[in-house]
Amino acid sequence: MTLPTPMSRRSMLGLVGLSAGATALGASGCGGGGSGETPSKANAEIDIWCLQDEVQNKVQTGALTRYNATATGKAKITPFEGEAYGQKLQVAMGSPNQPDVFFNWGGASIRRFVENDLLVDLTPMLDSDPAFRDRFLKPVLDAGKIGDKFYGIPNRGMQPVVLYHNQAVFDRAGVKQLPQTWQETLTLVDKFKAIGVTPFAVAGGQTWTLLMWLEYFAERIGGPQVFGAIAAGDKEGWRHPAMQQALTAITDLVKRDGFASNFASVGYETGGAGTLFAQGKAAMHLMGTWEYTNQLNEQPAFAGKDLRWNTFPAWEGGAGDPKAVVGNPTNYFSITKRSDNVDGAKAFLKQMADDAYVTDWVTNGDVPAIAGIEAALGKSKNAAFGTFAYNMVREAPTFQLSWDQAIDSRYSEPMLTNLQKVFLGRLDPKGYADAMAAIK
Amino acid sequence: MNAGTATMVPVPPSAEQQSRRRSGRAGAGGDRAPRPGALYVLPALLFFLAFAIVPVVGVLVLSFTSWQGLGDPRYIGLENWQRLIDDPAVLSATGTTVLLTVLSWATQTPVAMALGVWAAGPQRNRAVLSAVFFLPLLLSGSAVAVAWKSILDPNFGLAGTLGPFIGYPDGNIIGNPDTALNVIVFVAAWQFVPFHALIYQAAARNVPQSLYDAAIVDGANRWHAFRHITLPQLRNTVVTSSTLMIVGSLTYFETVLLMTDGGPGDATVVLPFLMYATAFRQYELGFAATVAAVLVVLGTLLSLLIVRFSGFARMRSTQEGL
Repeated sequence: MTLPTPMSRRSMLGLVGLSAGATALGASGCGGGGSGETPSKANAEIDIWCLQDEVQNKVQTGALTRYNATATGKAKITPFEGEAYGQKLQVAMGSPNQPDVFFNWGGASIRRFVENDLLVDLTPMLDSDPAFRDRFLKPVLDAGKIGDKFYGIPNRGMQPVVLYHNQAVFDRAGVKQLPQTWQETLTLVDKFKAIGVTPFAVAGGQTWTLLMWLEYFAERIGGPQVFGAIAAGDKEGWRHPAMQQALTAITDLVKRDGFASNFASVGYETGGAGTLFAQGKAAMHLMGTWEYTNQLNEQPAFAGKDLRWNTFPAWEGGAGDPKAVVGNPTNYFSITKRSDNVDGAKAFLKQMADDAYVTDWVTNGDVPAIAGIEAALGKSKNAAFGTFAYNMVREAPTFQLSWDQAIDSRYSEPMLTNLQKVFLGRLDPKGYADAMAAIK
Repeated sequence: MNAGTATMVPVPPSAEQQSRRRSGRAGAGGDRAPRPGALYVLPALLFFLAFAIVPVVGVLVLSFTSWQGLGDPRYIGLENWQRLIDDPAVLSATGTTVLLTVLSWATQTPVAMALGVWAAGPQRNRAVLSAVFFLPLLLSGSAVAVAWKSILDPNFGLAGTLGPFIGYPDGNIIGNPDTALNVIVFVAAWQFVPFHALIYQAAARNVPQSLYDAAIVDGANRWHAFRHITLPQLRNTVVTSSTLMIVGSLTYFETVLLMTDGGPGDATVVLPFLMYATAFRQYELGFAATVAAVLVVLGTLLSLLIVRFSGFARMRSTQEGL
């Protein structure tokens, strides 16, 4: 990305740096960029940036304590709150005050950093320690690649998207068998409507919840390469017949009242969609595996009794493999080149495959992306769900990263906003493709 | 910065006393002692430069670049400005911003004026009630947005209960592309009417009682008194309040972010939100700076227009001849 004739960055930023309105930009100050790692100082402190989350931070702190017990350069965790995290990170990465290690989602969340040569290439580290590399499930480790190099080490559970259902509602509607295909699912939609239950809960106020629908429809109808081409830069890919068919499946489902008429007013964070589903006001909920943990914490009675799950139904005659999975493969830790202690940071990342760390996640109800943990999962308190999710990913031919993470960040907002318009009936599938192709 | 300024200004320690004495004499008629003149303006000027002019220039410069916030901004000439014209999202956001501004002004002004004039009365109950009305003024904008979002939840908030009575049987108000902007206008009014009412209250209290007394002698009723005395006397206040409202609406942001996140679809994407999303979600800081530059121009232009055509610039007192 460094261009032959850049404008004077120092004077430019000096100007911007004074700005109040552009404080965030200004904080980027001078520096950033640059190639070559800083030589490691063994006693330099390692600052690890994480997302603030009670459960996650507890497990991460466990790894930290074990690492600090022997390391000379101590590590510490700096947690940041949800939405602010990405922005804080972006600003920090443009400045000299970068974290040593940071939590990320792989894909688009680190691509800019890689293009600006800010991250340590972890390929040699993995190549030199095959035992460490092979601890991770391959599709998940691979999803952390940018180009043909590894920049992230998986650090927590896998988060495939799962179709949950409320068994109490299924019983009430007299549904004996789980739908295997989309056509079968549509007949259920009518059954649930007949007993006055919303077929699918969806937190339509948050656009990312809607995206899961398009991801699975496109995957089942056309296979992973349909979106793969778009992610690789083909803006016309939205006109692909499979993509158009997937969008039409959505408009049909909306017309069929598959969602509540007020779905766009329903939130996710406020516990909206999940609560409606748990209370039996909706029969099914398409959501990531974290929803299981949420239900366990917020609606323990429901989670223990009526919460069930299954893979997304197959599409009759679809080109996609019904075993394919979409969602967030996992989260990753990456190391910055500016870190004063890259060696220490690498040593810390080895903790991610450590038995104690993996056990902490399993105990927690998560499903780490680690090979050969079937036995441990089978003994955990959430054995049924954990084993299901683990096998689902292990048997999957592909694990497609959530599109909003995979696509160039320039397109992710319009992709989500326009999709919400499709759900609201304000844009038809062709209009969607036109709108996406028109983005400059 | 203060220290720097202090060393630069050649004013003896007793400057304050001197100037007090001087102004005293000036009032008595003429003062020929030399003053530091322009130097007095320096601290304020430096602040204005640092926090207003320099950032604006910085944004202008950025608007001619392509920059992801990492590495070096790349000069791309007028590309961002060309895109500004071509991009349908900008056009749509501009329309929404204008609509939000007009609706906000049209709803807030009458309500704030009515409340303010009413609260200006000397009665005890009015004092108590206006203290209650002014409460939203004390709440942070984010708290207001989060509270209203919960209230408008169709399943667990009041929207589900009260919605059917106002024509929304499923409580779908905030998630409806046709009504979401009205929600923003309403919450903005709820939040800011108290402030403007306060301005109107103070102004209404300044209207000389003698005018009303004279009007009563002439047989005026309450409406006449309001129409022909209060309203003309509030003229300058209307201009001040409207300017604040209009410029405030142009930059209205956090409520949109927290309540609707620009949605549903792009129904509530206003220019400041577009700027934010472009900068911090799409990481196109150059184009975001272009949008910011448009906001600066628009805000300045509107303030100037209001001042120019309202006669506010001439600063004519409403109390001449009293």
